[in-house]
Amino acid sequence: MIEISIQKKLTAALGEMLLDINTTINKGSLVTLYGKSGVGKTTILRILAGLLYPDSGKIIVNGDTWLNTTTKINLKPQKRKVGFVFQDYALFPNMNVKENLLFALNKGQNSSIVNHLIEIIELGELQHRKPDTLSGGQKQRVALARALVQKPSILMLDEPLSALDAEIRFKLQQYILAVHKEYNLTTLLISHDISEILRMSDKVLELEHGKIVRQGTPNEVFNHKELNAKFQFTGTIIEIEKQDFLFILTVRIGKDLVKVVADESEGAQLIIGDKILVSSKAFNPIIHKIG
Amino acid sequence: MIDWEPLILTFKLAFITTVLLLAISIPLAYWLAYTKSKLKPICETIVSMPLVLPPTVIGFYLLIAFSPANSFGNWLNNWLGLKLVFSFEGLLIASIIYSLPFMVHPIQAGFTNLSSSLKDMSYVLGKSRTTTLFKILLPNIKSSLLTGIVLAFAHTIGEFGVVLMIGGNIPGKTKVASIAIYDEVESLNYAAANTYSLILVALTFSILLAVYLINGGYLKQFKK
Repeated sequence: MIEISIQKKLTAALGEMLLDINTTINKGSLVTLYGKSGVGKTTILRILAGLLYPDSGKIIVNGDTWLNTTTKINLKPQKRKVGFVFQDYALFPNMNVKENLLFALNKGQNSSIVNHLIEIIELGELQHRKPDTLSGGQKQRVALARALVQKPSILMLDEPLSALDAEIRFKLQQYILAVHKEYNLTTLLISHDISEILRMSDKVLELEHGKIVRQGTPNEVFNHKELNAKFQFTGTIIEIEKQDFLFILTVRIGKDLVKVVADESEGAQLIIGDKILVSSKAFNPIIHKIG
Repeated sequence: MIDWEPLILTFKLAFITTVLLLAISIPLAYWLAYTKSKLKPICETIVSMPLVLPPTVIGFYLLIAFSPANSFGNWLNNWLGLKLVFSFEGLLIASIIYSLPFMVHPIQAGFTNLSSSLKDMSYVLGKSRTTTLFKILLPNIKSSLLTGIVLAFAHTIGEFGVVLMIGGNIPGKTKVASIAIYDEVESLNYAAANTYSLILVALTFSILLAVYLINGGYLKQFKK
């Protein structure tokens, strides 16, 4: 379990902001930090990695204190067992793919893990290439593999997939999930993509202005927001038909004519030509693949 | 035929100066590039002074400082057995000070322009500062190192004022090529002055051209 309680004053685009985070992360879970740019997501990861020092606070990972500003404990980044994938990947340009992975080995560590990672992340054909000859998705995979060489207890990914197109993105999500399970990692991910978060994470921390405003499972956090499982259309009524207790409205939505049902109380108030909003909970949509 | 000694002395001086400067400048440039110390602007100013000061000013103060008539010069002489005025060692120290910015600036710029995430990543991967410096930082600023080495070397070849002030004109000890040229002109021996000058022009042209070719990636197309 990771206990985080940190405070740091940041100079953000809109003036000063107090980053104030208190949360716990369960071992083996995949947690996403979600929020607009500049709310402090990257800063949190950098503080966890030891690359930034908070004004006050503590970080306790599986019982070990990594940081405690009151007792002046502050493990160096070198001593913290984290794997980190930076947004810019930070592959070493002077080394080829395999050398990048080998460099990450601890002193005396068996190098067989490098070959294993090359295999599961499918880097075999790339291993002798220099980073500047790789595409974004390939760089991403190398950075992911390199972050895992030391078998870290925490894997942190700073917007790992934002620069990639949908297909490669999906594939990389599979890689991340696969290594997350295989190495029993606790994974922290920064993402803006709600569908990605729904697919991948166990828990979401939503941040605003340096503070966690919502946390929980992806469904709990996103249920009342953009993804509220509802279809909405606006249209114009062109016909109203009364049938027993119900009204059947013919509505023009875009170029389509749609018949919808309204109950007595709704229908009685409507006349032809009214603009209406038709919405439906998407409990039982019929899905046809068309492309 | 000309006397080759001044030329040999010049290149010996430039070579030793460059080697020592490289050893001094890497840690200095590293510190200047990454420090948050308040002393940084002052140190940067001191390093850059030789760029703007007339060489004679540097030479003059070094001459005063190193003079055995002075307490510091006297101390050097008594305790380290170093006589720095009108000697090759004195010339060496003066050259190092005089060419310092030409070595430090390119290396410092190299460090600064290198994405800081490379250094951070190396630390996250558990590597020490020293390992990071030698395995990650320096290999990725090779062109800056080369620029620094060549500029310092070429600048040392070209120095005149400092050498004249502190070294004088002692054949085999402090009479470098630039002094020899001046000397030959003074004695109206234009042919010899011309020979020295031509050799210096040709050599410095080739050295600088080589650097631009290497750093411009021109030579890469012939590899593979």
